Amino acid sequence: MFLELNNLLNTTPERAEQGKLTLLCDAKTDGSFLVHHFLSFYLKANCKVCFVALIQSFSHYNIVGQKLGVNLTMARERGQLVFLEGLKSAVDVFFQAQEKPHPLQFLREANAGNLKPLFEFVREALKPVDSGEAGWTYPVLLVDDLSVLLSLGLGAVAVLDFIHYCRATVCWELKGNVVVLVHDSGDVEDEENDILLNGLSHQSHLILRAEGLATGFCRDVHGQLRILWRRPLQSTSQRDQSLTYQYKIQDRSVSFFAKGMSPAVL
Amino acid sequence: MAAVATCGGDAGSAGSAVATASKSNVTSFQRRGPRVSGTNDSGPRLVSITGTRPSVRNGQLLVSTGLPALDQLLGGGLAVGTVLLIEEDKYNIYSSLLFKYFLAEGIVNGHTLLVASANEDPANILQELPAPLLDDNCKKEFDEDVYNHKTPESNIKMKIAWRYQLLPKMEQIGPVSSSRFGHYYDASKRIPQELIEASKWHGFFLPEKISSTLKVEPCSLTHGYIKLLQFIQNIICEEGFDGSNPQKKQKNILRIGIQNLGSPLWGDDICCTENGDSSHSLTKFLYVLRGLLRTSLSACIITMPTHLIQNKAFIAHVTNLSDVVVGLESFIGSERETNPLYKDYHGLIHIRQIPRLNNLFCDESDVKDLGFKLKRKLFTIEWVQDNYLRQERNIYPPGFSYLLKQKDSAWGEGSLQHSTFLMSFLAKATAFASRLVRHSEPLKQTGSGRIRQAAGPRLWHDGRRQEAPGLLGIPP
Repeated sequence: MFLELNNLLNTTPERAEQGKLTLLCDAKTDGSFLVHHFLSFYLKANCKVCFVALIQSFSHYNIVGQKLGVNLTMARERGQLVFLEGLKSAVDVFFQAQEKPHPLQFLREANAGNLKPLFEFVREALKPVDSGEAGWTYPVLLVDDLSVLLSLGLGAVAVLDFIHYCRATVCWELKGNVVVLVHDSGDVEDEENDILLNGLSHQSHLILRAEGLATGFCRDVHGQLRILWRRPLQSTSQRDQSLTYQYKIQDRSVSFFAKGMSPAVL
Repeated sequence: MAAVATCGGDAGSAGSAVATASKSNVTSFQRRGPRVSGTNDSGPRLVSITGTRPSVRNGQLLVSTGLPALDQLLGGGLAVGTVLLIEEDKYNIYSSLLFKYFLAEGIVNGHTLLVASANEDPANILQELPAPLLDDNCKKEFDEDVYNHKTPESNIKMKIAWRYQLLPKMEQIGPVSSSRFGHYYDASKRIPQELIEASKWHGFFLPEKISSTLKVEPCSLTHGYIKLLQFIQNIICEEGFDGSNPQKKQKNILRIGIQNLGSPLWGDDICCTENGDSSHSLTKFLYVLRGLLRTSLSACIITMPTHLIQNKAFIAHVTNLSDVVVGLESFIGSERETNPLYKDYHGLIHIRQIPRLNNLFCDESDVKDLGFKLKRKLFTIEWVQDNYLRQERNIYPPGFSYLLKQKDSAWGEGSLQHSTFLMSFLAKATAFASRLVRHSEPLKQTGSGRIRQAAGPRLWHDGRRQEAPGLLGIPP
């Protein structure tokens, strides 16, 4: 959890909004620091988190999480965190035929499948437990990242359907939050990715867009973050608010500053 | 320096909703340092594997790629459990050389090799590996090489582009005696036969393996990829690279090399058509392969002919699914071969992606324009010292940098000539470019009745040439 980013977004773990879809996207740079931020944010907010990690292994998130002050191993043992490790599960589902549908069942299918088994997994994981043990505040679904699903052969429509179902269950029914990461391909023409990105942009309440600098690589400024608040369901003409900051990633935190006000320049 | 690393299983993962295999989780993504003993072991277990060293940044276990220059650019080496993807150059000369360096490094370090190819028998590939340079007798020759390398250009102090002189040169590392990490190879000699025979290797030659038709359920991976994945998984399981064989005391690294992945010889049509039938076969293969690598002590090099892939979005997908991506661009047959700026180099090397492992950010080098040259005993990667900026960047007007280089060498001493040349040239260039804008402004009469002229291609005023017209305001 980066405190400066909390200030920019005007939230704290205690009073975060519920029922929201947050879209993280990155263009020409790596936006994974935002995923680490939200993971540690919601774990500190005492939420039940279901993390679908398709691109890196558990120990990677664990080690970075320790730098940010959360212990993923403990959270998993307590039941607060449900972790789907995509890489390891892909090996399991590929080499052994499974009896019951596996969340990553689409890897075995020849033509474009759908993400129904993955949705069942998410729903099962975030189901409210009736026994009334440690009460988690609200459920959160975190997906890192959706572009991997497109590159593994699923269509953009299938992924949009999956997010729609997740939103209906997690955001509306369970009053939780959904955070997803999508890569923006930029000038490379990727139709499926553009469909997915546009579709999600229209549905989301908050868009965080990490972009590389237009002039290229810089050691002191790693990129630019654009924050866009949207009100997708209200037709009142309250204008969408947008802010832009530049950032530099350090070992345990990220520092944000206004454009051109990097400490290296001043 | 004794390379120590901690390799061991994680504490058993409990409470995961997905049913996972019960064997202990061996990954190389461990913190450096002795583990607190919570298991049956008494005291910390420190295991050292030859040819590896922990990264200084995050304790990640690294292996050498066979090229110390490339190791330095990647932040010390290639992390165990990751994939190094090499985008081949057009004629597959230098990429196959990097492939062979990687395998030769494995033989020298005693690692197990797994070589997969669709067009060449792995035994032949191993015969063609370059010979490692032993320390003493080559050190003299290497020093001679360094002397001859100093061209006269590097000694000229730059007058105009003086800021480039302040930038650090990339160092050339000579062969270090008794280094256990990163060796040098002689590309003109073959590796001695006894080294190959002493090493342990497995070969996967596609035409041999695919002759038997096996009953598999229709999957969207091509048959060749399925066989290769099963082969790799068998080797990893049988030889205990994933920690499933606890009797093995000496841990070792498995080096996997896959040549020309994605070419039509593998049965994949991604290089032939834009949207083929098996368009996601390769990405699924990479995903499952990376899953296998992350749970075992192995590192993989893949060369891929990306210049043949017409679907550029697909290359972006492949890049996202790999860890380290390095692109090679050789000058053979291109117009850059005759460009005097590149005359010392054989090609350019682009580091397209470096992974952020166990960390929020990665060690990117500041230098982005890297060229490589292959001498007999040395493959060096250097910053292309294009001191006068590159035309491609459009920072100076085209042709200016080349002109400036000529002038700089013609006017040895006089700095005044340089600065006036620079000023006048830039003024002409900006004035020429701005004439279209200026001419649309209406000309106004000033108080003295003199017509204010728009800055245009007119550089001669009152018969005398103006030094910097258009830049300094109203000409008198």
